[in-house]
Order: sequence, then structure tokens, then C-alpha cells
Amino acid sequence: MSDINGALPTPLLELRNVTKIYGAGDAQMQALAGINLSIYPGEFVAVMGPSGSGKSTCMNILGCLDTPTTGHYLFQGIDVGSLSRNQRALLRRNYLGFVFQGFNLLNRTSALENVELPLIYRGTTTAVRHQLARQALQAVGLSDRENHTPGELSGGQQQRVAIARAIVTGPSLLLADEPTGNLDSARSVEIMELLTSFNRDKGITVVMVTHEPEMAAYAKRIVHFKDGLIDTDHQQGGH
Amino acid sequence: MFANALLLALRELRRNVMRSILTMLGIIIGVSAVITLVTLGGGATQQVTQQIASLGSNLLMISVGKRMGPGQMSGAAAFNLGDSEALFRDVADLVAVAPVAIGATTAIYANENWSTNVTGSTEDFFPVSNQQIAEGRLFNASEVRVGAAVCVIGQTVATKLFRQQSPLNTRIRLQKLSCEVIGLLKSKGQSTMGSDQDDIIVVPLRTFQRRIAGNQDVNLIKVSVKEGADTERVKSDLERVMRVRRHLATNEENNFNVLDMKEIATMLSTTTQTMTGLLSAVGAVSLLVGGIGIMNIMLVAVTERTREIGIRLAIGALEHEVLLQFLVEAVVLSSFGGIIGIVLALSTALALSGLLQVPFVFQGGIVIIAFLFSATVGVVFGYFPARKAARLDPIEALRHE
Ligand SMILES: Nc1ncnc2c1ncn2[C@@H]1O[C@H](COP(=O)(O)OP(=O)(O)OP(=O)(O)O)[C@@H](O)[C@H]1O
Ligand SMILES: [Mg+2]
Repeated sequence: MSDINGALPTPLLELRNVTKIYGAGDAQMQALAGINLSIYPGEFVAVMGPSGSGKSTCMNILGCLDTPTTGHYLFQGIDVGSLSRNQRALLRRNYLGFVFQGFNLLNRTSALENVELPLIYRGTTTAVRHQLARQALQAVGLSDRENHTPGELSGGQQQRVAIARAIVTGPSLLLADEPTGNLDSARSVEIMELLTSFNRDKGITVVMVTHEPEMAAYAKRIVHFKDGLIDTDHQQGGH
Repeated sequence: MFANALLLALRELRRNVMRSILTMLGIIIGVSAVITLVTLGGGATQQVTQQIASLGSNLLMISVGKRMGPGQMSGAAAFNLGDSEALFRDVADLVAVAPVAIGATTAIYANENWSTNVTGSTEDFFPVSNQQIAEGRLFNASEVRVGAAVCVIGQTVATKLFRQQSPLNTRIRLQKLSCEVIGLLKSKGQSTMGSDQDDIIVVPLRTFQRRIAGNQDVNLIKVSVKEGADTERVKSDLERVMRVRRHLATNEENNFNVLDMKEIATMLSTTTQTMTGLLSAVGAVSLLVGGIGIMNIMLVAVTERTREIGIRLAIGALEHEVLLQFLVEAVVLSSFGGIIGIVLALSTALALSGLLQVPFVFQGGIVIIAFLFSATVGVVFGYFPARKAARLDPIEALRHE
């Protein structure tokens, strides 16, 4: 995965003229109007833009959870549209970590079991699974909440469980849809430090949606969405 | 992979205790109701079948009186010993004819007494009524001829009068008659009509007529017909001879009645079969209601489960892994519910069969059918909505409302 081509590395992700249209007929709604975007291994990208500008839609496509209406999505040079459902599932399982805007944790299921879930599908042995899940919870500062169910956790805590679940497998790409949306600024900073350390120390590529400029400041690159199109895209110094 | 599916399935069942219990309840109710009812019905049918067999082959009964309507008889003169002898002599294809006189009495032994009926008859009574000896002996032709003071008793009488003691070679008192107990009959249990066939004391006819009844009356003539003979023909022959014996003019109606016991028994067994059919129908309805219960619970859970499937798919579960989990869940619930239902049904049926005095007859077929039915409902309504959800894009499953 590392860059061996020197000047022109293969992008980890590439969107080619991607559109997404919801609904049909008069109720049609174009969420993405032709996105072109390349993200290279090791990048830390913040996606910004007004509400309804298509950020989540784009993230879902990047996460192989949704398919573009037209256009192509290439993951490590492979056209995801040409993969079977199972191949896409395996791609999610083995390479991706996704933090949903709405958490999407299993109800009535303890934090630990939620975090363990991706490892179960990977076939990790029980002992290793427990250990990794505990480590991930510790990383998000929830060691003392292992046995709490989502219903017994605050919004911020649920968000952190969702982050732990996304990082527990050590993915090569972490997609986070407003990971600090429900957190106070102190917690937000902690989470951003965490994402930064994944990116810096483990070389994990991070794509993160945020509304807050302070959080976007942690990223090396900021992409602005507007009306389903990329408005601006610029590199910055990073944190 | 199967281990994973089992782990996930069990976790999911544990998380949703209420849903799991309600689903199992549906299965338990359906399975246990249908098995209990069908098992009891089967027991009753078997009982009737056995009773028909115990009636003895081809038994006709001639009783006194005109048939007025169902169960009603008008008074008429009794038969006598000569009638039964004439029948045996003049009607072809008879194995034996037993004249029977019956009277109510109290049997006394030591301090015990027991109110019952005394039957006076000949030695032919035993083969004709299919009564067999358990201990001692039956009375013989010469004892019948002389009217000896001997008697043969049934199990009920023996227990009431003698408790654990052997009744043989003791004397019991029947009104003015003191008679020796020479034989104990084998138990025959309840008759088709529900009367106790072991509550019986048999003495020679002549003894009965002289010492107990004080007249020459015979109330009933039991006729055993040869195997393979035409019962209808024998019946009309019996009627013809009897009409002559009773001096009936051509325009007079019979003042006696020839009954084919097999006919009655067959009628009763048809009734029992109808009852069993009804019970089974009620059972089937319970099974259906249980099935609808399961279906409801599964359908109510569809939204939540679709979201759950979306989550699983999103973090990398394959379609068939999700489906295997759902299948395992359904199978685990159905098996547990089914097994509990079966155990419950069989113990209920066992208890009730004791209470209702019908034999307990295990019927493997209905157990399997009931189990398969609820398992099918569980799997169909647990599995097929899941299959639909697992084929969606993860994001669509997650958005399900
Ligand atoms: N399933 C859907 N059906 C129809 N329209 C949809 C659907 N999902 C999103 N949209 C529409 O697509 C547009 C883009 O939505 P999207 O969720 O990508 O916005 P967003 O940039 O993530 O907004 P926010 O910052 O509020 O999360 C919106 O106008 C939304 O109404
Ligand atoms: Mg969004």
C-alpha cells in the first residue's frame, strides 16, 4: 500500500464524475452532481460544507455502503462498481472503518460486544478479540463503560463506542461522519488527537466530515462541498 | 463460521429475551395443544377398539320388550330356559347360547358387604361374554343342572369383599344363599358404555332362579354366532324361532329385541373417532394461533432487525453470514420451544389420561408434524424478512423505517 511509484502514487480512493440521485420523477433530488476526488494513502482529509451539501452521501459511497448513480469509485485502483456484493463486504471488513453520523450501534448490546462485532466477522480468536476490543475502548476513554448498552450511554459516549468499533480492526481507511458532532470541545480535542495519532503513527488514511473549523484544522487537507459539488480543495500545514 | 453464527445468534436471543420468550411461547402453545389433544383422542380410540375386541366375536343379545324408541322398552313376558334351548337347537351357525337372569343384591363376606348384580347363567355364559378365569375354575354343566351353591366373581367384587385375601374356597352370602367362591375372573375393565365389567358375580341359572329370584325368568339371552356366519340371517332366524316360542300372531310386533353388539360398538367407535377428529381440529387451530403469534412477533421486529442487518453488513458481514445467524436463531428458538412443548404435551396427556381413564398412546406422527409446523413458521417468518433485508445495500437497510 505504501507509495512505491514515487512522484505519481496510486490514489487510495478515486471518485470519477460521481453523481447520486435520490428518488424518481418529480421527487428527484440530486445529492451529488459530479464529484472528482483523489485521496492518497496516509492523507488526513476534512470534508466541510453546509448541511445538505452531500457530505454524508459522498462518505457512504466512499464506505462502499451505497452505490453511485453514475460515475466510478476506484479503491486502490479497483472499480468498486465492478465488484460483487460479497467482494464489497469483504472490502469493508478488511480495509474500512466507518463512523456513522447516527452511530448505528446495536441496541441492547454492551459497548464491548458492539466493538467486538467487526472482529467476529473477521474470525479473530476469542482471546485476541476481547483484548483488541478492550484496547479500542480504552483508546476512546471508555474502559469503565464496557458493559453499558447504548441506551445507558450518553450521545458522546455512544459516538466514542462507534469510533472504537471503527478502529478496532486497524483499517487502512477510516471514514468518520462528524465524529465530534456530539462531543464537548475537550472531548472533541481528545478524539481529534486520537484520529491524528492513527493517521500519523499507523499511517491510516482518515477522511472526516466536520462542521467545526477547529476540528478541520487537524487535517492536512480540507475539501469543501457545496450543492453536491466540490467547491474548494486545499492542502494545509496540519496540526 | 458456524461457531460465529451460533455465537451471534445466541447473543441476539439473549439481548431480546422478551421477543425470544414470546416466540417460544407461540411454539409451545401450538405444539403442546395439538399433541395433547391428538394423543388423548388416540387413547380414547384405542380404548374403544380394545373394548370391541373384548366383547367376544359375533355376539347377539336378545332382550325382553318392544322397542318403543331409543332406549325405551315396553314391558313383556320374560324368556325362560326353554327359549334359549330352542334357539340353540333350531337356529343354524350358533356357537353357544347363554340364558341370563340378573338381579340386584348385596354380597356379604365377614364384615364386608358390597351392593352389586348377581348373574344367573349357564357354563356357556363365560365363552359367550368373553370372560376368562384368572384363579380357580368356572362352574360346569352338572353344577348348572343341579343348581349348586357356587359362584364365580369378578375382580372388583373380590377387592371389595376380600381386599388382598384370596377369595377362593370361601363362602359369600347373597341374600338367603350362601355360596362357595370357586373362581375369580380376569379383569376386563370398563365396557364401551362405561360400566365396570369386573363388578360381577355369576351363579348357575337354576341356583339363581330358585334361591335368589324365586321365579323361572330369563331376562336376556346371549348368543354367540360362528365366525364367518351371516349375522343378518342368524338374526332373522332367531326372531322367527322366538316369535313362535312367544306365540306371536303375524300381525303382532316383536315383543323382544335382537341386538348385534358389534353394531353398537362400531357406532360408538365412530362417535369416538368424530370426537378425536374434533379434538385434533381444536389442536390444529391452537397450532395455527401459535403460528400467527410467532409471525406477528417476527413481523413487528422486522424494522429493528433490518437496521441490525444494515449495521452488520456495514461492518463487513457477508449476506450468507447474516442469514446463517438468523437461521440459527430461528432453529434454536423453534427447537427449544418445540422440545418444551413436546415435554409439556406428553406430561399433560399422561396426567389427563390417568384422570379420564383412557390409555396413554404415544403418537410419534403428530409430535413430528407439530414440531415441523412450528419450526417452519419460525424459520419462514424469521428467515425470509431477513433474507430480504440482507439483499439491500447496507445504507438502505440502515435507513429502514
Ligand atoms: N435517502 C435519501 N432520500 C432522498 N434524499 C436524500 C436521502 N439522503 C439524503 N438525501 C438528500 O440529499 C442531500 C444530501 O444529503 P446528505 O445527507 O449527504 O447531506 P450532508 O451534507 O451530510 O448534510 P448534514 O451536514 O446535515 O449531515 C440532502 O438534500 C438530503 O435531503
Ligand atoms: Mg451528513
